[in-house]
Amino acid sequence: MKMYDVIIIGGGVVGSAIAHELSRYKLEIALLEKETELAFGVSKSNSGIIHPGTQNPPGSLKGKLCVRGNRLTRKIALELGIDFKEVGELIVAFSESDMEHLKQIKSDAEKLGVRGLKIVNKAWLTKHEPNLSDKVVSALYAPTAGIISPYRFVYDLSENAANNGVKIFTDTEVKNIKTAGKNNFELITQNSVFKTSYVVNAAGLYADEVSAMIGIDDFKISPRKGEEYILDKKLEHISNHLIFPLPEEHTKGILIIKTADGNPMVGPTAKEQEDKEGHSTSDEGIEEVFSAVKKMMPKIDKKHVITSFAGLRPIAGKDFIIRHEDKVPGFVNVAGIQSPGLTAAPAIAEMVARILKDNGLKLKKKPHFKKHRRKTTHLFALPLKKLEKLIKIDPEYGDIVCRCEMVSVKEIRDAIKRGAKTLDGVKFRTRAQAGRCHGGFCTCRIMKILSKELNIDITTVTKRGRGSEIVIGELR
Amino acid sequence: MAAAIAAYNTGIRDILLIERNNCLGGILNQCVHTGFGLKYFNDILTGPEYAERFIDKLKAIPEIEISLKSFVVNLAGDKVLKYLRFGKLETVKAKSLIMATGCRERTREMINIAGSRPAGIFPAGLAQKLINIEGLMPGKNVVVIGSGDIGLIMARRFTLEGAQVKAVIEIMDRTKGLQRNVVQCLEDFNIPLYLRHKVKFINGKDRVESVDITGVDRQLKEIPGTQFNIACDTVLVSVGLIPENELIEMAGVEIDERTNCPKSNKVNMTSIPGVFVCGNAYKVYDLVDWATRDSELAGKMAADFIRVK
Repeated sequence: MKMYDVIIIGGGVVGSAIAHELSRYKLEIALLEKETELAFGVSKSNSGIIHPGTQNPPGSLKGKLCVRGNRLTRKIALELGIDFKEVGELIVAFSESDMEHLKQIKSDAEKLGVRGLKIVNKAWLTKHEPNLSDKVVSALYAPTAGIISPYRFVYDLSENAANNGVKIFTDTEVKNIKTAGKNNFELITQNSVFKTSYVVNAAGLYADEVSAMIGIDDFKISPRKGEEYILDKKLEHISNHLIFPLPEEHTKGILIIKTADGNPMVGPTAKEQEDKEGHSTSDEGIEEVFSAVKKMMPKIDKKHVITSFAGLRPIAGKDFIIRHEDKVPGFVNVAGIQSPGLTAAPAIAEMVARILKDNGLKLKKKPHFKKHRRKTTHLFALPLKKLEKLIKIDPEYGDIVCRCEMVSVKEIRDAIKRGAKTLDGVKFRTRAQAGRCHGGFCTCRIMKILSKELNIDITTVTKRGRGSEIVIGELR
Repeated sequence: MAAAIAAYNTGIRDILLIERNNCLGGILNQCVHTGFGLKYFNDILTGPEYAERFIDKLKAIPEIEISLKSFVVNLAGDKVLKYLRFGKLETVKAKSLIMATGCRERTREMINIAGSRPAGIFPAGLAQKLINIEGLMPGKNVVVIGSGDIGLIMARRFTLEGAQVKAVIEIMDRTKGLQRNVVQCLEDFNIPLYLRHKVKFINGKDRVESVDITGVDRQLKEIPGTQFNIACDTVLVSVGLIPENELIEMAGVEIDERTNCPKSNKVNMTSIPGVFVCGNAYKVYDLVDWATRDSELAGKMAADFIRVK
């Protein structure tokens, strides 16, 4: 049986970033993901914000890795051909006492290394953020905040990792781990066994359960739900920056988010729950979100909602848990990665590489590491002149499947070639089904394309993996 | 099609009909039930049959150019259109423009029904297409949200295919659809109709498992003590149609924010002279016969507009 050097458990943004980082070295690496596709866990329910590094406890891993991650992400985004937009962030204040709080946030952040922060006044806000409520008196402007598509980031990171030799296994859930001596692990999944010298546990909501498999159970993942509401793209320019309220004790608050796809998004809420599988939205959630948002931008209304979702933050205490388990040599835990996890991911990956090296893993750089990845083509992001040239080269770009988001059959087939197996997988990679009609018109055609490209019966096409089949069969 | 034919009949000889699908007919193609053409043709036709009558007329007129699988990507206020088709981005300038772009369905997300997001939730029109065009069965135990015509028709359709439609849930105190559909689709099949009720939560991890229902008062607030649960694997959403007018909005036409219909002083006209809207895109009609008459009017007006210039 093949012996891997490192196996990463969990194919979210953290697992993918680690795979990408380690693929620079001459190592045999595997990434195991329990869902049918990568990013189907915590990473898809994400605000997509690359944080500047404010609002993290001083001396915390969160603080340090967020600031470093903010810088690294820009570099990686260029290499991988993924859009990163530096839109900047405003934390708004409604009163004089709020302003004291802002000043505190500013000085704490500057100690962590965040640059460019400045307090802006009403005149600045009226000019640069005209739709903001006139009750806002001032704001803390953090120019280094940016936005990225969280799931496309996962796909681009993992694709590049695979291109550099990482073996990715989906529908592969680790059920048990046996240790056969030092640096000798056996990962037992539902239909195979993997052997490896090092294990990196990046299993998100289930990181505590995976860690318990090797007897380390000193942390517990407590899910905290966040509901988010996506608004019609017509409101794309209602805000120019990410808008934050003053933070509360354990949450950054309900935000007005610009997304990499253009649609604004509002949320998230923050509510503790026991269930790691409960991803439902609620009537209370939507009320909470819109009442908070209207205080900052009164023009935004419930009637602008085109879709919603709920994500679960995998909380394990106040900070990230990134450590080598000395009691079980070769096992690295990467747990409790809530906000600013997306931002920190590349920095977390660097840290994990160092931890592995410090614990005996030889890191020899590959002379031919394929750093670059060709940018994915999205028709909706192209100016018409480029579109015209593109269609002449490949006529299939002219065959539109999703009308609301203008996605061609070529883009969908490419997404399937690159790993999309489900309707959600196609949606996250191409945006087909993510628009106003939300799949009302294009679902049938996408099902047919999936069936043809994957050579599967159309009745087995799923929304996001086994159990979520779209239809129950053919007509009798 | 009706607009194009009407424009031709008024004397226009240079007409381009742009259709995004791979065939003509639009939504009629998936409406296999009858009831079309009672007023227009004095006949009882299915959707495809009704469409066919116009397709035949259209194909007999060589001066009407038909471009299928053609998707308009840009529309400017000066009536210059850019559209995509296999291998080409075309640009045309119209003297007169008729938008017959129909409607899209309002979705579960737009009406903010709380709960999870499993497979098994369909806008009623999507379920209709899956059954009637693709020959696939979306589910076996169905709850229909909304008593719009599409929902009523699909309640019957599902029943005829062997599914059990457990309930149609309507938030108002009367049904939204045509009375004949209430009789022929619900009453004839003993499908329970709950007026003044709403679905407050959808349950299910990967696939729909059940819905939580509650009674509501005149202000649409929940009435305590009236909650109950229905086990099901499919939820159909039939809560209204939204005219697809994003293209003319791009061109600068004034749109009524509430209805998504163009603001106009006269039927079919918009705030840009020479740009006309007809059929369901102008106003949601409950019979295709009325949409057809409306479109013929638009066709004539578009033709008159050119002649006057």
